Amino acid sequence: MEKFDKLTGVAAPLNLINIDTDMIIPKQFLKTIKRSGLGVHLFDEMRYDDDGQEIADFVLNKPQYRDAKILVAGDNFGCGSSREHAPWAIADFGIRCVIAPSFADIFYNNCFKNGILPIALPQDQVDLLMDDAARGANAILEIDLEAQTIKGPDGGTISFEIDPFRKHCLLNGLDEVGLTLQQEDKITQFEAARENAQPWL
Amino acid sequence: MTTPRTLYDKIWDAHVVVPQEDGASVIYIDRHLVHEVTSPQAFEGLRDAGRKVRRPEATLAVADHNVPTTDRAHGIADDESRIQVETLEQNCKDFGVEYLDMSDIRQGIVHVTGPEQGFTLPGATIVCGDSHTSTHGAFGALAFGIGTSEVEHVLATQTLVAAKSKNMRVNVTGDLPLGVTAKDLALAIIGEIGTAGGTGYVIEYAGDTIEKLSMEGRMTLCNLTIEGGARSGLIAPDQKTFDYVQGRPRAPKAGQWETAVKIWSGLYSDPDAHFDREITLKAEEIAPQVTWGTSPENVLPITGVVPNPADVADANRRAAMERALQYMGIEAGAPLTSLKVDRVFIGSCTNGRIEDLRAAAAIAKGRKVASHVGAMVVPGSGLVKEQAEAEGLDKIFIEAGFEWREPGCSMCLAMNADKLKPGERCASTSNRNFEGRQGRGGRTHLVSPGMAVAAAVSGHLADVRDYQ
Ligand code: SF4
Repeated sequence: MEKFDKLTGVAAPLNLINIDTDMIIPKQFLKTIKRSGLGVHLFDEMRYDDDGQEIADFVLNKPQYRDAKILVAGDNFGCGSSREHAPWAIADFGIRCVIAPSFADIFYNNCFKNGILPIALPQDQVDLLMDDAARGANAILEIDLEAQTIKGPDGGTISFEIDPFRKHCLLNGLDEVGLTLQQEDKITQFEAARENAQPWL
Repeated sequence: MTTPRTLYDKIWDAHVVVPQEDGASVIYIDRHLVHEVTSPQAFEGLRDAGRKVRRPEATLAVADHNVPTTDRAHGIADDESRIQVETLEQNCKDFGVEYLDMSDIRQGIVHVTGPEQGFTLPGATIVCGDSHTSTHGAFGALAFGIGTSEVEHVLATQTLVAAKSKNMRVNVTGDLPLGVTAKDLALAIIGEIGTAGGTGYVIEYAGDTIEKLSMEGRMTLCNLTIEGGARSGLIAPDQKTFDYVQGRPRAPKAGQWETAVKIWSGLYSDPDAHFDREITLKAEEIAPQVTWGTSPENVLPITGVVPNPADVADANRRAAMERALQYMGIEAGAPLTSLKVDRVFIGSCTNGRIEDLRAAAAIAKGRKVASHVGAMVVPGSGLVKEQAEAEGLDKIFIEAGFEWREPGCSMCLAMNADKLKPGERCASTSNRNFEGRQGRGGRTHLVSPGMAVAAAVSGHLADVRDYQ
């Protein structure tokens, strides 16, 4: 997994609540058996019209946001399905950080497995960043995961919370399966005890 | 004296392999369901790293999302869908996982198949790369959806690294009125707490209304838990649960059965257990529900009218409501029963079980689908279909003008050929009314099976109580 330590880039505002996984990546793109290549389909139904042409006023189609690395969005971002295609599409587009007042649990988890940092902040702070993001190419945010801070274009700094284990994994780009397998003897012990007590499992 | 624990606490404690005070513990996963959409990249990850599936016997795979619901003799016409299903089959062969193929009578939607096979058991931890895994909580199992990276993690290690959620209890008391089902109850709860109301929680459903629900009703309720934001719903197992499980192919056999029931009988929340949040609903006050917008929390009794954004104080919520009304092509103030439907879909992991089909057939019997409506019934599994046909339900549906299809996810998410056309309005027994969910531009109204039939025969959203 790609490491995440510092990120500086344009933030795109997407001021909608309940952005669900069907909006992030509609089901016709879930038929892939690969992880890559989903970026062009990110937000497909908002981004393209019925003929596949770009809709000019959708934020990621505007020239100043085409290379956005950060997304600022409304409450309950990523609700809906467990599809990891959602963070795959976001990362493949080039966005490595999503900021919102809250996230759906499964989506939030999935971000960390793909080198994306989801940051939950109180509504008033998201509103401020949303205003910053509305300034187009001047909306450069600086995110420092180690220090847990976001620096805005006017120099103001906001702190954010993150679970220490997830932070550690992101900072070091760790392979979680490998980490867990270091505890294999404990898993084996657990299984042996279980086999004894509840053999039907 | 030991601290009183909730049902969730008890199941969690029994599965901790490597404890961690704050943050992420390693927890053991007893059962893993796999389907074709969220697993190919996980198997690929195993292959790339030279890893094996740790416990193939604790893993069960079935293709459901992409399969056609029409005649399957010629396979899957769509190339990408076919490749995805074939990839699952090959992966199962390579890694020694049991796979129920399209022609197997047991094939169906994972969340219908798991319980039918007795793969779903009380007290177990159950995961699947699918958010509606919450369904299995109806058995008192801790069941939740995971992403593909976690699917890979479970395949390789039979564990997950997870932080414990908070405890919420939803108490429901009294009798559900005639025509009001578990689906209506679930939608009413989501209307109450909102789609993010359960975020960060595991929800336990309790109270005499829940005890009186059948196992299938409990599955419908737990299924919709994720639409309220909680990854898992739970119901304490009781005699009904044990009766449902006993004798199923993968249930504990005689000799082990008694021990299992003894252990399962301890799965309930202790009287003084602490819940971080608790809400109470009265069953008598719930009417048949229907969603009007593009989020499951946009729900009202069928007797209501389309709400007015002008009445909403919060700017973000008002904007969301305006967008939803525009997408749905409806006007504030219109009675919900005035909305004409073009399509009706009965099926999905929410409402595709035998009781759902019986309830739908009871309303459909002797009636006709309105001439402008296309209506279909898609059983949740091959076994549900077989049972329905044995009871003659298929004939009732066909005579009434419904299409009778092969099992699968179908128009719940429209990954196969079953989908809405832009602008089409559908009364659907599924679980998500998101923009584009049932087809680009399609307009979904979530309802119970009886309500779906009432809409089909009247040609508009309708109150099932007028058709009883
Ligand atoms: S029926 Fe619908 S919600 Fe259920 S598993 Fe299939 S696609 Fe998902």
